[in-house]
Amino acid sequence: MGKKRDYSLVGESTRAAIETGLASAEWYHTDVPRKAMKELMQRSDGPAIRDTIIWIAAILGSAAGIVWFWGTWWVVPFLFVYGVLYGSSSDSRWHECGHGTAFRTRWMNDVVYHIASFMLMRNPVQWRWSHARHHTDTIIVGRDAEIAVMRPPDLLKAGLAFTGILDFRYSLPTLVRQAFGTLSDEEKSYIPEMEQHKAVVAARWHMAVYVATIAIAIALGSWIPLVLIGLPRLYGTWHMVTTGLLQHIGLADDVVDHRLNTRTVYMNPISRFIYWNMNYHVEHHMFPMVPYHALPRLHELIKHDLMWHAYREVWPVLLRQLKYEDFYLKRELPPTARPYRGEFHEVDMSAAAE
Amino acid sequence: MADWVEACAVDDIDEEDVIRFDHGGRSFAVYRSLDDEFFATDGYCTHEKAHLADGLVMDDIIECPKHNGRFNYKTGQAKGAPVCVNLVTYPVKIEAGKVMIQI
Repeated sequence: MGKKRDYSLVGESTRAAIETGLASAEWYHTDVPRKAMKELMQRSDGPAIRDTIIWIAAILGSAAGIVWFWGTWWVVPFLFVYGVLYGSSSDSRWHECGHGTAFRTRWMNDVVYHIASFMLMRNPVQWRWSHARHHTDTIIVGRDAEIAVMRPPDLLKAGLAFTGILDFRYSLPTLVRQAFGTLSDEEKSYIPEMEQHKAVVAARWHMAVYVATIAIAIALGSWIPLVLIGLPRLYGTWHMVTTGLLQHIGLADDVVDHRLNTRTVYMNPISRFIYWNMNYHVEHHMFPMVPYHALPRLHELIKHDLMWHAYREVWPVLLRQLKYEDFYLKRELPPTARPYRGEFHEVDMSAAAE
Repeated sequence: MADWVEACAVDDIDEEDVIRFDHGGRSFAVYRSLDDEFFATDGYCTHEKAHLADGLVMDDIIECPKHNGRFNYKTGQAKGAPVCVNLVTYPVKIEAGKVMIQI
């Protein structure tokens, strides 16, 4: 049995990651000629404007259906669609616009980023910085603030994540705390001091909208305002969890090669629209400058250096990790790929193989 | 007194692009704008150690390849999170088809 992991961002693992050079390390990148990469990185407003018009129209249409059919069973399909658009597709919009790659025009990225952050009950300032850390130190224990499933895996917790209950229980009290001006030590560890007051102001705006929504619901004597604002974070989050967990679950931690700790999967076109192509997740982590609409092209360019993954492989790995915390799924690279770098990556899995 | 150092030939950089230039144990980024002017800054992002020459030049902006931090490469000004500290810029002149930087 190896080390017991300490996922705190201000604890023993943090110190070890900094001392060993795992923190802010230089990561492996597949070689892509500058000319090709420059073309892939090019920004354009067109695809994201098109997708955002479809997105907003679908949100407003399904919301209208909820209001119209409220009190009948016909409301169910509209809740299904609205919930996924609000509680799941907002995650990919938050993500891409946070990187500033979805649109070429900066303010368009910012507007969608703030709307999506609100839908997700995420403080837009805090999460911008936590995600920067996630890219610097992807799945480095003690450094990455966005490790969704820690080891040994808590399967009950992972299961409940599909209902949104745990996230809701974390996100709302966090926003309340931040609105009252308190940031935790962990939040302070990745939000620069000069940005911390902005996190407090953002939390206050979010809370103001929730208070107004509750007031309107009380005044109308109706659940509809809450079903449309806030509660979709519960009933519509399942798609985000289904796709989001795939990104890193069951793979290596404390490595500096995204092929070892990040998963690219193939997905149906509807999920890819909801997820804005983040199924090409190794590609995104290696080259975060490439917009979501260019990721399929990037995948074609570098797939000789990657391996494929499937959802079905996750479950046996999680079960094995319950017993052997150090176990992880290590896929063989295709013969055309450059091998993994040795440093940091050699983990003894002999006990788990017994 | 800072020295003028030859960084590259004018034709080594495409329009609206950037290349890396290392000198004396330091690293620089040399830019060519759309209107055919040349600029130079420190090579590494002020946020994390990522080389800006791997990033994207758009108009007056260089975007860092690691976290998409944005700077005005003409002035060095940081344009918002996750970059908070400005880039150091260096004077540039063209001599006989060569890009010279005052370091």
